[in-house]
Amino acid sequence: MSPTSDSLLTVADGCLVLSHRLSEWMSNAPTMEEDIALGNIALDLLGQARGLLQLLGAETGVTEDELAYFREPQEWRNPLMCELPNGDFAFTMLRLLFVSAWLAEVWPTLSGDAVGVAEKAVKENAYHLRHAASWVVRLGDGTDESHQRMISALGALWPYRGEFATDAWHVRIEPVLTEATVPLPARDAWTQRSSADGWHTEHLGFLLAEMQSLARAHPGAQW
Amino acid sequence: MTADVVKAWDVLETVPDPEIPVLSVVDLGIVRDVVESEGGRAVRVTLTPTYSGCPATEVIARDVRAALETAYDTVDVVTQLSPAWTTDWMRESAKEKLHGFGIAPPSGRVTLPLLDVGAPTRCPHCGSDRVEELAGFGSTPCKALWRCTSCREPFDYFKKH
Repeated sequence: MSPTSDSLLTVADGCLVLSHRLSEWMSNAPTMEEDIALGNIALDLLGQARGLLQLLGAETGVTEDELAYFREPQEWRNPLMCELPNGDFAFTMLRLLFVSAWLAEVWPTLSGDAVGVAEKAVKENAYHLRHAASWVVRLGDGTDESHQRMISALGALWPYRGEFATDAWHVRIEPVLTEATVPLPARDAWTQRSSADGWHTEHLGFLLAEMQSLARAHPGAQW
Repeated sequence: MTADVVKAWDVLETVPDPEIPVLSVVDLGIVRDVVESEGGRAVRVTLTPTYSGCPATEVIARDVRAALETAYDTVDVVTQLSPAWTTDWMRESAKEKLHGFGIAPPSGRVTLPLLDVGAPTRCPHCGSDRVEELAGFGSTPCKALWRCTSCREPFDYFKKH
């Protein structure tokens, strides 16, 4: 695949894997409104991933389903942050902020056929970013308990920013963290290695096992 | 526009949005082009989806095909992503229909980058302008949940997008 396809696959896989994680909140979110919100965001991300996987599949003559359901973990290119287990609500919302801030940088740069997906996604993503930022501020600048949990989430997520944390990304997220009254971590702190060479956390295999099981048990099934 | 293409548009006027049946696909502004060929026996319709992951998209394509097959031998339904759909493409009369259906229509036109999704100007139940947001997301991707502080009723707001 061309370098452009590689970077498109990173976006497609990032959207799909995060969509799956968010869908795990269905019926478990703290409030019904938040259940609906995370479901809607997951749906947007799923649609964005499908749009890109259709384009990538067309290049090599495979379907979006083959790419989604029949690739092994080593073949996925999502940023590691997207595959981490949901943790608590603070972790989920801070991750959504970080990933949405990355996508806000990425969508406007896509070219060719991907522009059709990006034009729509950039508006949807802006709304996700706003939603995540409002929760990060509410929890960070909330009770002692929620403040501590946001600090814990930041500590857990910060080492995974390296695959997409540009200066522009930092400029997007730092004001939110400041408003959330959590200490800003160093931009040059240590960060995890990239998934670009096929290395993943142990969590992706379990996620894919669940996501792919139906399609693998019934290859070619239509519903 | 030939008389026959008018026929295709007339058929499309009868295809409702599956989630908001008070609106047709034409009201929504998702029908971007209608072209006839083979002396009016074949028709090709271009649709632009509302939201990336909206589950209604595939149902709409199916419904459009089924409706047109009553009037044409060959029906081709194609999806066009760019330019992306915007609520600006919704008919003004559709906004009145939404209001009558109990959904506050999108307020104002979209400017990019999209920084906010607007706010309902009045409650679709009692007409009061005393409204507040309950949740940014609602029962479908295109809606948010609001409530009126005059009549106390909750209602959907069709987000500016």
